Amino acid sequence: MNVLGIETSCDETAAAVVSDGRAVRSSVVSSQVDLHARYGGVVPEIAGRAHVELLVPAVEEAMARAGLERPDAVAATYGPGLVGSLLVGLSAAKGLAMSWNVPFVGVNHLEGHLFAPVIEEPDLEWPLVVLLVSGGHTMLVRAVAPGRYRLLGQTLDDAAGEAFDKVARFLGLGYPGGPAIDRVAREGDPSAFTFPRAMLDDGYDFSFSGLKTAVVRAVERQPAAATPDVAAAFQEAVVDVLLTKAARAVRDVGARGFCLGGGVAANSLLRQRAAEVVDVPTYLPSLAMCTDNAAMVAAAGSFHLAHDGPSPLSLAADPNLVLEFDR
Amino acid sequence: MSWRLHARTASPDATRDLAARLAGAARRGDVIVLQGPLGAGKTTFAQGFARGVGVDGPVTSPTFTLVRQYPSSLGQLVHVDVYRLDRLAEVADLGLADLVEDGVALVEWGDVARPALGPVTWTVAISVPDEGSTRDDRRDEVRDLTVQGDDETRRDEVAEALGSATTGLAREQT
Repeated sequence: MNVLGIETSCDETAAAVVSDGRAVRSSVVSSQVDLHARYGGVVPEIAGRAHVELLVPAVEEAMARAGLERPDAVAATYGPGLVGSLLVGLSAAKGLAMSWNVPFVGVNHLEGHLFAPVIEEPDLEWPLVVLLVSGGHTMLVRAVAPGRYRLLGQTLDDAAGEAFDKVARFLGLGYPGGPAIDRVAREGDPSAFTFPRAMLDDGYDFSFSGLKTAVVRAVERQPAAATPDVAAAFQEAVVDVLLTKAARAVRDVGARGFCLGGGVAANSLLRQRAAEVVDVPTYLPSLAMCTDNAAMVAAAGSFHLAHDGPSPLSLAADPNLVLEFDR
Repeated sequence: MSWRLHARTASPDATRDLAARLAGAARRGDVIVLQGPLGAGKTTFAQGFARGVGVDGPVTSPTFTLVRQYPSSLGQLVHVDVYRLDRLAEVADLGLADLVEDGVALVEWGDVARPALGPVTWTVAISVPDEGSTRDDRRDEVRDLTVQGDDETRRDEVAEALGSATTGLAREQT
């Protein structure tokens, strides 16, 4: 069973083929150099139009690398995300499914991230607690089994990855901010500043807006402060909050494994600290699986096709789709 | 004639309350631009405004998704953040005018987007008070807000919404 997955919920245009629910036959993400070269430079992928230009080459590349003429099903992200971007992938997936006469299945982007351990770490024991941290999301999820999740908590304002990007831009470290802060912080002293840990002992929800503001105020007060120190202290505060809550969630819900997911899962301090703080087996996804990709969408689609059957072709894009289904 | 109303709030909660009152003066089809540097409190303002139009649940930053929509008492509350967009063409691709048709829009970092927005009802500028204008230990909490509008007939309702937080009114020829 080969499922073609399509992901266009945010910046990345991605296509992938996954066999039997977890074997990745191909995974193409448009930020890869080959596609950029084809279009003569970096294409701004923010708008739906860019997805339109990149999607067909991405799908052709994924199918070619998998050596397939026709998949057995097509899966696509239908939310959450920017509606114009979602529609590109969703409409294309429906059209391809019709023309190939194969089933179509819609996938929740957030659930896609929860399939990273299914693909990369099949021996991990469930239930899991998953800390999903990216530019657009910060959430703690209890995953009982594939397809069964409960949202434990989420950010009430900024996502953790967004805080990284905004602080990096403020410090003049460039974009993307996550890797820039990660790199600079290695030279810094995390104890040079003590930034606030919002809501540390208060449930599973997060708040990072105040931390960003605290960094701005601290630098205004001490213009001579060393940037690596500011970056290191900021990163320390984010990682501390994320893992304190994650470790508590693991204990509280009796999880047997802990997973990181999302782009911020590439942060070196978060990865290093995760295994120290959490006392159950911890899965750290590969970099390709941290960031948005279509392999996770194809894997989630394979699962739902087998358990719930295909989605109707009338399935609409849902920009505000939430992750909360426990059955 | 363009007008400006100035207000000062003592805390993020007071900023939320003020924004909620201002939301009470908003109408379907209004477009409100939020200005202010990083950490000024644009998201705080948006949270209060959302509460004022009956949005239930957390209002999270739209920076990465660019647009978030919430059902509200004025149709859809469209919360837009164009921080990541560098070019007007990218803003135009968002189709903001269509989104706002049956609702009310809050646009953060809206300066770049102005030509793509159509008429702006109010521009709300949020800033940290200048050094010396308030006690230094209060500068983390205190914010100055300026609401600017062009429709003279709606000035009084804004003034009423700002209430006791109002610190001044200016009229200017434009």
